[in-house]
Amino acid sequence: MTETRSDAPLPRPKKVLILGSGALKIGEAGEFDYSGSQAIKALKEEGITTVLVNPNIATIQTSEDLADEIYFLPVNANFVERIIEKERPDGLLLGFGGQTALNCGIELADRGVLDRFGVEVLGTPLKTILMTEDRELFANELRNIGMHTPSNRACQTVEESIVAAREIGYPVMVRAAFALGGMGSGIVRDDDQLKELALKALSHAPQILIEEYLSGWKEIEYEVVRDRFDNCITVCNMENFDALGIHTGESIVVAPSQTLSDHDYHKLRTISIELIRHLGVIGECNVQFALHPDSDEYRIIEVNARLSRSSALASKATGYPLAFVAAKLALGDGLVDVPNSITKVTGSCFEPALDYVVIKIPRWDLKKFRRVSTSLGSEMKSVGEVMAIGRRFEEALQKACRMLGIGAHGVIGNGFSFDDIESSLTDPTEHRLFAIAQALQDGMTVDRICELTGITPWFLQRVAEIVECGSILGKFTLESLDAGTFRRAKQLGFSDNQVSRLVEGGGGGRAGYSAMLATRARRKELGIEPFTKQIDTLAAEYPAQTNFLYLTYNATTDDVEPSETPPHIVLGGGAYRIGSSVEFDWCAVNAVNSLARHGHRTVMINFNPETVSTDYDSCDRLYFEELSLERVLDICEKERTVGVVISVGGQIPNQLSVPLGEQGIPILGTSVDSIDRAENRERFSSLLDEMKIDQPQWQELTSQKEAAVFAGDCGYPVLIRPSYVLSGAAMSVAHSDEELEEYLMAAAKVSKEHPVVISKFIAGAKEIELDGVAQNGEVICYAISEHVENAGVHSGDATMIFPSQRLYLETVRRIKWIARGIALALKITGPFNIQFIARDNRIQVIECNLRASRSFPFVSKILKENFIDYAIRAMLGEKVEPPARSAFECDFVGVKAPQFSFARLKGADPLLGVEMASTGEVACLGNNVNEAYLKALLSVGFKLPRKGVLLSTGTIEGKVAFLEGARKLKSLGLPIYATEGTYRFLEEHGVLSTLLHHPLEGTSPNVIEYLESGKIDLVINVPRSFERHDLTNGYLIRRKAVDFGVSMLTNVQAASLFAEAITDLRDEDALEIKPWREYS
Amino acid sequence: MSSSPPTKALGGGARGGLALTDPVQDSATEEAKAAAAPSFKEFRGLEHPSARGDALLILSDGTEISGQAFGGRRSVSGEVVFATGMVGYPESLTDPSYRGQLLTLTYPLIGNYGVPPSSEGDPLVSGFESGKIQASALVISTLSRDFSHWQSTRSLDSWLKEEGIPGIEGVDVRALTQRLREHGTMTAKLIIEGDKDADDVFNGAFVDPGKRNLVAEVSVREPVLHSCGVSGAPRILLVDCGAKANIARSLLRRHVDVLQVPWDHDFVGEKGEAVLVSNGPGDPVRADRTVENLRRAICEDRPVMGICLGNQLLALAAGARTYKLQFGHRSQNQPCVEVGERRCLITSQNHGYAVDGEKLPGQWREWFRNANDGSNEGIRHADRPYFSVQFHPEAHPGPRDAAFLFDRFLELVR
Repeated sequence: MTETRSDAPLPRPKKVLILGSGALKIGEAGEFDYSGSQAIKALKEEGITTVLVNPNIATIQTSEDLADEIYFLPVNANFVERIIEKERPDGLLLGFGGQTALNCGIELADRGVLDRFGVEVLGTPLKTILMTEDRELFANELRNIGMHTPSNRACQTVEESIVAAREIGYPVMVRAAFALGGMGSGIVRDDDQLKELALKALSHAPQILIEEYLSGWKEIEYEVVRDRFDNCITVCNMENFDALGIHTGESIVVAPSQTLSDHDYHKLRTISIELIRHLGVIGECNVQFALHPDSDEYRIIEVNARLSRSSALASKATGYPLAFVAAKLALGDGLVDVPNSITKVTGSCFEPALDYVVIKIPRWDLKKFRRVSTSLGSEMKSVGEVMAIGRRFEEALQKACRMLGIGAHGVIGNGFSFDDIESSLTDPTEHRLFAIAQALQDGMTVDRICELTGITPWFLQRVAEIVECGSILGKFTLESLDAGTFRRAKQLGFSDNQVSRLVEGGGGGRAGYSAMLATRARRKELGIEPFTKQIDTLAAEYPAQTNFLYLTYNATTDDVEPSETPPHIVLGGGAYRIGSSVEFDWCAVNAVNSLARHGHRTVMINFNPETVSTDYDSCDRLYFEELSLERVLDICEKERTVGVVISVGGQIPNQLSVPLGEQGIPILGTSVDSIDRAENRERFSSLLDEMKIDQPQWQELTSQKEAAVFAGDCGYPVLIRPSYVLSGAAMSVAHSDEELEEYLMAAAKVSKEHPVVISKFIAGAKEIELDGVAQNGEVICYAISEHVENAGVHSGDATMIFPSQRLYLETVRRIKWIARGIALALKITGPFNIQFIARDNRIQVIECNLRASRSFPFVSKILKENFIDYAIRAMLGEKVEPPARSAFECDFVGVKAPQFSFARLKGADPLLGVEMASTGEVACLGNNVNEAYLKALLSVGFKLPRKGVLLSTGTIEGKVAFLEGARKLKSLGLPIYATEGTYRFLEEHGVLSTLLHHPLEGTSPNVIEYLESGKIDLVINVPRSFERHDLTNGYLIRRKAVDFGVSMLTNVQAASLFAEAITDLRDEDALEIKPWREYS
Repeated sequence: MSSSPPTKALGGGARGGLALTDPVQDSATEEAKAAAAPSFKEFRGLEHPSARGDALLILSDGTEISGQAFGGRRSVSGEVVFATGMVGYPESLTDPSYRGQLLTLTYPLIGNYGVPPSSEGDPLVSGFESGKIQASALVISTLSRDFSHWQSTRSLDSWLKEEGIPGIEGVDVRALTQRLREHGTMTAKLIIEGDKDADDVFNGAFVDPGKRNLVAEVSVREPVLHSCGVSGAPRILLVDCGAKANIARSLLRRHVDVLQVPWDHDFVGEKGEAVLVSNGPGDPVRADRTVENLRRAICEDRPVMGICLGNQLLALAAGARTYKLQFGHRSQNQPCVEVGERRCLITSQNHGYAVDGEKLPGQWREWFRNANDGSNEGIRHADRPYFSVQFHPEAHPGPRDAAFLFDRFLELVR
């Protein structure tokens, strides 16, 4: 694969098409908003016209001031082909939108679209990408140049796979080609396990790889950059805490490597560089290695010839703007030509020297899913990640544990318990790190833990160091704790809160804010303070102008002085997780931009490496730090802030408002008391009562008896949720005494200490949301959206229509009246969101948050009125005029649809309920709801049915509700299959279908059989109730559909809207290719 | 320590000083004493020395930095320098170019992968760059007493103890680096409590190793022949001004014999197909005898290559000028651009002096330039086979991108 190299300047493209990665999903998350945004900035700087395709409306890259033209359309070959035809770009960037963009680009090339329209792929050539994606080609190529890869065989059928596996010898690793985040991969130990996995994997991918399993090897990654002049650098290397076998996206990762010698480090570095030279990569590339723990042997595991999750992490860990540089190199620049934007005194052709340690821990949300397997392996399941910076490993590790927001105070002192410590070590779950700490506390040796986990002893020693310090702390009371011990604990990353829990007399008794504050006061008395250090890519060798900062106790001086003009501080949203994701990053970045536009200095605090808000060029100072009370107070004190914005980063910063306010920190916007009044259920409820605003009947209960009485009074169904914060404790709906009892016993363990809140659940009601901004109680702007799904589906999982299309005028009028009343009563200044349910014209308020909501970017972009900018101006006390434009003038519609990642969550029941399950969302624009909805569905990977539709529509209400939908689908001329009850009901109403037996009946013709053989490409399965047990047949159908990549709708309103839309529009070609700008 | 000289505190602030732990303040916490709680010393356990400062680094500008001693309990004085590489402490410590220097590592966690076993005197078969630790002391943030690596047999601490080289940990090395960056390289004293010579070093003058002929200290005494085992292989004369072992290894690996000669050896009359002048410590002007010999060598047709100090010596022989850099280049990420090309090498470096690349005489041309500060990184003769580089193609530690230079050199002799 040699290429001819010419140093002559390349002609610059005039117009470049950039493909985004669509909705956030497991394996493909916020990192591609960061990389795409950087790429657009790099191109704009050169005066190149940019066209972006990305239906993810909550991203920064789809902001008005970035790309010249934005299409909120699916990133697939059909749509992108039509966009190319319309836009006629001469260049295409594929490396900035993850696997989605890459796969789309490959298909466009296959179809001849790129040749036909003369579109050149910029950067790494397509043939290189194809080789790195095709596992067999890649492995052969590596062998040809004498590099080591795991022995493997590519297989296209299950039979071939079995032959290959027997040859290599079990256990073997199964990998799917062209897949992201290790989807369809796993370790199998025998023929049966292999058959099961191979069948599933081959339904998603054309080819799988059976591979030698490298158990216990170290996993090492390099991020490599190459320009067209053949200059190569490695920006960062990383070492996984977890041994090979756990996907790197699921592993605790450390940068730089900690236990590699110069020989190891530079041997692998040299191989990485030789490899990408050989492949001809231009831009960025990630190389993953396995390194034998007791010899010099290595294997190349994988190469990603594009920006990846790891490259985003490397970029944040080092301060090297990888995506920006990669975009410049794709245009033909040399590494020597691109200035170093962090030091401003050196160039981009160098390798960052770190003088700190960075740790990433993934963030899982598996408790949100029923039936899901919680074990970690070669497939990604995590939904986000945190990154912590320290000058000791222990310091960074404990910071990272706290950043996860799973109730951990650090590595120890958490009160987590493990039934079987050995199996907690051998079968990794998200809690293994804490199990290691527990094992050490129980006296297990590092050697034994190494044996059980394969984790390098040096890492385990660091955990042991923390455990040892914790036990020393236990010998002191807070008062007797001396400065030396206290300082050492802080240097090892113990938080004040953690110290207060660990010292004698701490623990349960004095836990919480007051104990933390007492500990903090004692620490300050002893003169123990953290110091601010810069990340400058050069380990202080040159005087860098960097504003990228972290705090550490392993230091004696600050690198920076407080700003001369006191800044405003914006608190970011923390780790992405279900319910809080890129939308809050959009809000946080826009808040900073807005503050800067109004002449204020800005400080951002956030710790999520996948975000744009943690790009150091987005604010005047970036603290890559914890969003804890302790750390935010530290920074507020150091920076002498004049105001903190807590209302744009979701629930994490919102929860800090009251304690920060109590510490005298100026909070911008709505008063802390009003925030408390909205957050505190009791206080909010009485406010509504005073104002005579209707709300569902509710009560806080401490016993089962009380619960039964309540349910008896108001009637089932009832909604139950724990009223205290406990990670993962789910909300649930009970339809009967039995369900209620089961929930209270099992899930919530109701008691005096652990009360639950029970409320009347109103079925068949419409859900409506109002997003707004107010100033001194006066509403400045608002947006009313309606949900497609009836109440009962979490608002984050609901399909949302804006402007609302099908609400009574009276309903809208009442909602506005209520919102105005609440805004006035709470004297809201800043963003807010109120959720309503409406049945007929009875409107009830179900929730109110005095912060920006998930739908702020959606409504802002539809209206082209930036609600965050209004909110910031309102909070700054400027005179804010309401927008000139109102939703009634919109002659188009936006539909926001959820993205689910059930395919990656083995066993999870893909069902919607009161707990949120979606990992991302998209929004598309159309001339009407039907068009916008179809575009949105296609954007989240839905495929229009061509072969056959299965109907299984649950209860009689569901059957009736979908009858019209069934008729419409029938009119399309597609075969309609139905399960027994649905089949009979349809027959009675004149809709003929083919009967398929339920999975558990086992008789033919059976649903499972038809799903496996691909005769059904759309499943409409409406579950019998919102509860998720005893639905074995339904569950089996749904799970099969997910495992075989069959499109599915499980909500009757959504299914009906789909039937209406598809009969109205018939085909994808009817969906207009129209950029955002033209919708006005 | 009996007396206390006037001190400067770094960074000001209430606590001042660079110390991570402040023993005076800690022990002065009356409450803690009164409570008779277990002391910090106890807490560190047997594995750890006392966290109380028992080492003191004094810079020539008066800055005092306290920390904890490790390694050999010996007080020393020398030039304090910083290096920013993240790996390679066994290689760096044994690099003769660090002779007489107190080496500060900016990466905060040191010792993680331990130290390989001793080479029993032959550095060419070991993971080291010479037969012993050459640096005078090691200055770091955190020492790892436990280590993980299959090739290591001992901790960094025990290696330093074996060789009698002192270390200080608990230092804010970033702050120290900033100070050295701003004030330039300084001399310093490292005082280790309990060392019998502590008072002498403390009261004595700051030692500037640059005033000694360091090259003479580290060079071989007699010529040594390393055979590659191939009969009739070409012979390269390696002029040892403090050569890192990997230079010889790099040559042997390419199937040539290496005759390693002392720095002042008259190699011009020696049999050999080419001459390689090695790296080495200190000011190049002190290696005057090597420069003399080189002047004669560049009248011959025999290829001459220089590495690091060798670059400076070749430049001096050619009639160019050298000067001292403010704080030197000691890192593994130095970008060097080939003059007139768009090619940039990432290189390993360790030098405090540089060639003035702007004033090269006659047919001498600047070959490489540092992309960060524009300083000279290599020179070559326009039409004769002489060239040299300021960086280290032999790596160890650092990137191996420039290793092709050995091939280029040997192409000239084949």
